[in-house]
Amino acid sequence: MSRPRLWAGTFGLLAVLAATMVVAISIGAVNIPVGDVWSVIVHHVTGRGATGDPALDQIVWEFRTPRVVLAAVVGAGLAVTGAVLQTLVANPLADPIVLGFSYGASLGAVLVITVGGAALGGVGVSGTAFLGALAAGILVFALGQRAGRLAPTRLVLAGVAVGYVLLSATSFVQLKATPTELRTVMFWMLGSVAGAQWDQIPTVTVVVIGGTALVTLFGRRLNALLSGDEAATALGVDVHRLRALLLVVSALLTGTVIAVAGSIGFVGLMIPHLIRLTVGADHRRLLPLTALLGAVYLVLVDLLSRTVNRPNELPLGILTALLGAPVFLWLLRRNKNLDAA
Amino acid sequence: MKLTVDGLHITLDRTPILRGVNLDVRPGGIVGLVGPNGSGKSTLLRAVYRSLRPAGGVVRVGGDDVWALSARAAARRTAAVLQDASGNISGLSVAEIVALGRTPHHGLLGRDGPEDRRAVDEAIDRCGVRPFANRDHTSLSGGERQRVLLARALAQRPDLLVLDELTNHLDIRARFELLDLIRATGITTLAVLHDLDLAARLCDQVIALHSGTVVAAGPVLEVLTPDLLRTVFGVRARTDRHPDGVIRITYEAQPLADGQDNVPSPY
Repeated sequence: MSRPRLWAGTFGLLAVLAATMVVAISIGAVNIPVGDVWSVIVHHVTGRGATGDPALDQIVWEFRTPRVVLAAVVGAGLAVTGAVLQTLVANPLADPIVLGFSYGASLGAVLVITVGGAALGGVGVSGTAFLGALAAGILVFALGQRAGRLAPTRLVLAGVAVGYVLLSATSFVQLKATPTELRTVMFWMLGSVAGAQWDQIPTVTVVVIGGTALVTLFGRRLNALLSGDEAATALGVDVHRLRALLLVVSALLTGTVIAVAGSIGFVGLMIPHLIRLTVGADHRRLLPLTALLGAVYLVLVDLLSRTVNRPNELPLGILTALLGAPVFLWLLRRNKNLDAA
Repeated sequence: MKLTVDGLHITLDRTPILRGVNLDVRPGGIVGLVGPNGSGKSTLLRAVYRSLRPAGGVVRVGGDDVWALSARAAARRTAAVLQDASGNISGLSVAEIVALGRTPHHGLLGRDGPEDRRAVDEAIDRCGVRPFANRDHTSLSGGERQRVLLARALAQRPDLLVLDELTNHLDIRARFELLDLIRATGITTLAVLHDLDLAARLCDQVIALHSGTVVAAGPVLEVLTPDLLRTVFGVRARTDRHPDGVIRITYEAQPLADGQDNVPSPY
C-alpha cells in the first residue's frame, strides 16, 4: 500500500472512531440525540457554545464520555501490545495473557481487594496491577533467556508457566475473600470500564499514544524481525536489544491498561490479525491502524456490554472472549505453518 | 570490498567450533567454502555477518573490524542470504521483503526516498522476481523464495555477499541461473556450498574447512584433490577439467570402507 492509502486508512479509521464514540455516548439508559452529545463535547473541549440542560451535560460529560474514551484507549493499548508481542516472540497466538503479563496484574489487584491496600503500603488496585504486570514481565524475561539471549519459544513457554503459577496464586487469594469482595474481584478479573473517571484518563492515554508511537518508530526493524533472528541481524538489527526494549514497552502498556480496566482478553489477538489480513504485515502501517481498530472495537464491545442485558452490565472480558475465541480457532486452522514450527 | 579473517576462534556452548581460521577474499572475488557437515562453515559465515562475536581473532570487511562497526554500518557492507527461516507470521509481499534490504540504511526516523526505491526496483528486476512482486512470500516455490532473498540482499547494496547453501532444494536449472546471477553482480562473495560441482562452477577459489580449521585454499583444481576428498569428505574421487573447460568431479561407486580412512590425516 502506498503512503496516500495509508493516510486514507488512518483518517478513515479516525473518523470511524470519532463517530463510534459519539454514537456510543448517545446510547444508554437515557438515549440522547447525537447532535446534543456533540454540542456538549464541543462546549467542554473548546469552551464555546451553550451547555444546555445541566442533567444532560452531566450524563454526557461526567458519566459517559470518560467511559467511552477509556474504552477506546484501553482497546488501542491492548491491540498494539498484541501486535508487537506476536512479532517479538514469532508466534501469531501471542498476547499479554499468553505471556503471563495479565495474570501478574490480576494477582496484584486481587491482593489489594482482599488483603486491603493498607497492608500493601497504601497502593491502590491500579498501582498493584501495574506492578504485578511488570513483575510478571520481568520474570518471563528472566526465564525466557538462554545465554543472555531471549529465545522466542522459551519466552512463550515461560509466559505460560508463569501465568499458571500466578493464576493459582490468584485463585488461592480468592478463597479467602468475602462474597462482596469476590464480586469486585470477579468483575475486575473479567475487565470493565464502568468505573471510568476523568482523572484516570491522562496517564493511560499518554502511555498508550506514546507507546504506540514508539513501537511504530521501530516498525522497519520489526519488519526485519519477521524474516527470523539471523536474517534480521544480517540486516543490521540488534535483535536482542530490540526484543528487550520492546518487551519492556509491552509490559508497561499492559500494566497501565490493565490497571484501569482489568484484564480483557482476545483484543490483542484478534485486531492485529484483522489488520494484517487487510493491509499486510508492514508494522509502520500495522501498528497505528491496529491501535485505531482496537479502539473502535472496544468502544463497541463496551456499548454492547451495557445494552444487551439492561440494566445489568456484562464484564468486557466475557464479550471479548465470546467474540474472540472463534477468531482464535479460525487462526489456528488457517495457519499451516504452526505444526511445522 | 576485501574480506580478511585473521586467527578466528569461535566457541559455542563451550565447544570450540572454529580454531584459528585465516582466509582472504580479494575484492570482486568469489570464494566457495566447502567442508563436511559440522566443519564450521555456517559458524564462519555468522562471524562474517556479525552475528557471532569471536572468542579470538578478527573479521575485517573493507579493512575494518566488523565489531568496531555498528550493526547497521556492518550491514551496509555485508549482506547475507541464509537458509530460509522466516517466522510463522506471513503477510509481507515479495516487494516488501526485498525492501527490507534497505533496513540498515535508515535510522528510526528514516523514510524511504528515491534511492531506496531505485535500489529495490533494480534488485527486483535483476533477480527476475517482478512477476510475483505483489504475491505473499508463502505462496512461492523454493526457487522463487531464494531469488527473493537474493534480491533483498542486493537491495542492501552490499560490498560483500555471504551465501549459505543458497541452492539447496533447487532443481539443476534454477541452481545454474542463480549462480550466473551472482557472478553477474560482480560483488565480492563468500559462499557455503555443499555441492562440490557447483562450487567448482561458481568459484574462482575454494577454501576447505575441516574440524574448524582451514585445510586447503586456492584454485578449485588445486584444492579438491583426490587426497583432500578422501581425508576431508571421506570419498574416493577424481577431479579434472573437461575439454570444454568445466571442472568435473567423478566419484567412485563406494565410499571409503570403515578402517580405510584410519590413515592419519595430514591436516
